[in-house]
Amino acid sequence: MSALAKLAARAVEEALAAGAEDAEAYASEAENREVRVHGGEVESLTAATQRGLGLRVWIGGRVGYGFGTDLSAEGLREIAAGAVEAARVADEDEFAGPPPGDGEPAALDGLSDPSCAAWSPAQIADLALAVERTALQADARVVAVEQAVYFDSGERVAISSSKANGGEYETSSCYAYVQALAQGENGRESGLGFGLARGPVGLDPAAIGHEGATRATEMIGSSKPPSRAWPVVLDPTVAASFVGLLGNAVGADAVQRGRSPLAGRLGEEVAAEAFVLHDDGLDPSGFAAAPFDAEGTPRRRTALIEGGRLQTFLHDAYTARRGDAASTGNAGRSGYRMPPGVSASNLVVSPGAASLERLLQDAGDGVYVSDVAGLHSGVNPVTGVFSVGASGRAIRAGERAEPLREFTIASDLVSMLRVVRGAGSEARWVPFGGSVSAPPLLIGEMIVSGS
Amino acid sequence: MSGERELLDQALAERVLARALAHGGEFAEVFAERRGGLTLAIDESRIESVQSGAEEGAGVRVLSAGTTYFAHVDGLDPANLERAAEEAAAALRGERSTPRALRAESVRSLPIEQQPGGVPAARKAELLRELDERARAAGGEITQAMASYGEARREVVIANSDGLFGADDRTRVRIGAQAVARRGERVETGAETLGGHCGFELFNGDPATIAASAAGKALTLLDAGPAPTGSMPVVVGGGFGGVLFHEMTGHGLEADHVQKGASVYVGKLGEEVAQPLLTAYDDGRMPGEWGSDGIDDEGTPTQKTRVIEDGRLVAYLHDRHSAEREGAAPTGNGRRESFRHLPIPRMTNTYIAPGDAEPEAIIGEVEKGFYAVSFAGGQVDPATGDFVFGVNEGYLIEAGRVTRPCRGATLVGNCLQALAAIDAVGSDFWMKTGMCGKGGQKVPVGTGQGHVRIAAMTVGGTAA
Repeated sequence: MSALAKLAARAVEEALAAGAEDAEAYASEAENREVRVHGGEVESLTAATQRGLGLRVWIGGRVGYGFGTDLSAEGLREIAAGAVEAARVADEDEFAGPPPGDGEPAALDGLSDPSCAAWSPAQIADLALAVERTALQADARVVAVEQAVYFDSGERVAISSSKANGGEYETSSCYAYVQALAQGENGRESGLGFGLARGPVGLDPAAIGHEGATRATEMIGSSKPPSRAWPVVLDPTVAASFVGLLGNAVGADAVQRGRSPLAGRLGEEVAAEAFVLHDDGLDPSGFAAAPFDAEGTPRRRTALIEGGRLQTFLHDAYTARRGDAASTGNAGRSGYRMPPGVSASNLVVSPGAASLERLLQDAGDGVYVSDVAGLHSGVNPVTGVFSVGASGRAIRAGERAEPLREFTIASDLVSMLRVVRGAGSEARWVPFGGSVSAPPLLIGEMIVSGS
Repeated sequence: MSGERELLDQALAERVLARALAHGGEFAEVFAERRGGLTLAIDESRIESVQSGAEEGAGVRVLSAGTTYFAHVDGLDPANLERAAEEAAAALRGERSTPRALRAESVRSLPIEQQPGGVPAARKAELLRELDERARAAGGEITQAMASYGEARREVVIANSDGLFGADDRTRVRIGAQAVARRGERVETGAETLGGHCGFELFNGDPATIAASAAGKALTLLDAGPAPTGSMPVVVGGGFGGVLFHEMTGHGLEADHVQKGASVYVGKLGEEVAQPLLTAYDDGRMPGEWGSDGIDDEGTPTQKTRVIEDGRLVAYLHDRHSAEREGAAPTGNGRRESFRHLPIPRMTNTYIAPGDAEPEAIIGEVEKGFYAVSFAGGQVDPATGDFVFGVNEGYLIEAGRVTRPCRGATLVGNCLQALAAIDAVGSDFWMKTGMCGKGGQKVPVGTGQGHVRIAAMTVGGTAA
């Protein structure tokens, strides 16, 4: 047992001593690094160590949560006291309680890459500089790079509970991105290039730089599309953003509280057959993979939409008890400061057979969307109705044509999924909307508002 | 929270700065912070998600030849701080430089009448029950109500090698209400917030009116039709309507964007960017406002900065670093989410100053247009100036009158054109709270204005 796991176990003891009937501690320690470069120089180099613990306690159906960074004996007592006090303020909930502790999580390989710890600050700075240089050299119209960034993190997580679930694991992850700026006649265009991996050896700095440059230069000379309903092809980054929204809608918490467009639609047809979706907490190429979820339940692979039908909702221990179902291992949390809640792990859209060219041909005349903005403000999470800002290219006779900007696309999640006419063959991991692997998608029709 | 313990004493701060400059560098700074708070929520008429926590830690940075070396640690023991200083200096290879002796600045923290930490948690739960009841009382079609309460206190101490030794003690409270209305298959939501850099005294009046207002918005939307599409005059409401200015202009005035050429306002200082009827400010000292602080996160006193004067762009928003690069004075806009982040130029409370138009006249002059009362949020790419806003309460304007409500509208446009197209600024004025994200950091900001009209803007709706 690591020192961290021992701290978690001690926190549980302190909580029980302070009056909790059950308790669960989640402790994490991480070492992070970040390099930002600009104009061929290192702008900043950050090294960080973080360590904290969150404690969830139950007293007769009342739940409280406390967290802190002071993990001394006195600090743990303070966290426990805060959590117990919080529970006494909460109202009783008949479904509240710790996870039952059934199922032993299996070890999961491939969550960390030794290059993350092994690469020196100079090496990761060179990687970020290579990303920036590639973007600048890719095209004469790329006049600047707003920023090129490399980030990595090595983290250990330990969970201890007064019930059986508990354990620990280590992960590493890194990413790099670039925001390239291209000069056109009517102003500047920006383009994002990015890559994700478990360690820096898995990143391709040239590909990231090229992507940023291409996305920026492609937008030069853009205009607004005419307003009407068009076939739309979503690029993988855009498809992933929408799938992330869908990930919230399949969470049993939103469903049980009547705040999901998918509430009451279990087993119903909610998508075209071309759209197949899984939640896969065990795929190590997705950053959300882990042997167990944020409350110690084993992660698993769960079919969400197959044959066009909604197969299941995602559960944690609370929603499982409330919905008379089993946890799907989908308790997630954004660190020790927050208690766990239902969330998708890695959402994986199955690739189809069609190349991107084929999807464009099938669209005929339409719009290719390469970027969306305003997803957090343009979507009604209860109904799934959305209208979001977009940019991309026109599709004419099956080919990508002139660049388009300052338009919106509007539909609702289920209507959009029901008219998915095809999925591309090449999927990509995208960090927007959670951890999502998505191919390009051809949507039969969406309302495009431009000029 | 153990508020009685000193965060960072002067002798230790001097030791840490000396260690940070042990291998050279032109500037070093230590930022120590203790933060604690309590949040709770009500959902399904049940108090839940009660969370309390406290964190402390420090960030040390060293500037050398244009590069920033930054390290942060959790914990404020001398050993933690010295470790951070050593890590920040680890990549440097120069000769030791000597920090100036520290001189303590007078503390300029904003006054807090009633520390929320001293108010019993049961009183906060009671407040949420009032919100819940008020929302549900708005009508039988309100099927759900949610509300949240949050309090946070941040004590910070900043010391740097120029001899600055400053401190600030910041307390913020905020409540939010959300309601869901249902009629058959139609489901609509409404939300409202109330917050400030102040204590529990904020809730002395009738705070539950925000719940009635959230429910009212949801009910209004039940009668809403599809939003129009196309280009038309748009009247933007006061208060949170100011988020439009925040996004489309404020971000482009943050000097880091400008200096990297990633702002449409590059080289526009002194130029006309709006019609003469428009004057705007960023003011980090507005009493009690959500985006206010005593000093910024580099120790610079916050201030009121006029950014647009009678249509002319007159100032950018600076942190220490960006000001130095330009030979300008810092404007007290160097902010960071926590000790785990580097300070960058950020807005505080940003607003369009009241004009002289009557709100009724601003709408009355529009033949056919759109009235955006409030937004769900917005986003801008400062480099291109492209922005998008989700409207959560909007109406049609027909023949100078506000007619039917619309749902699902989005405003898209470009900053420079939209700012120049503002042709009326109302005499009414109020502020609202928001959380602003930039570079992975979220900070509290205030937005404000009266009614404002944009002569032409693209409205993206659901009507084909």
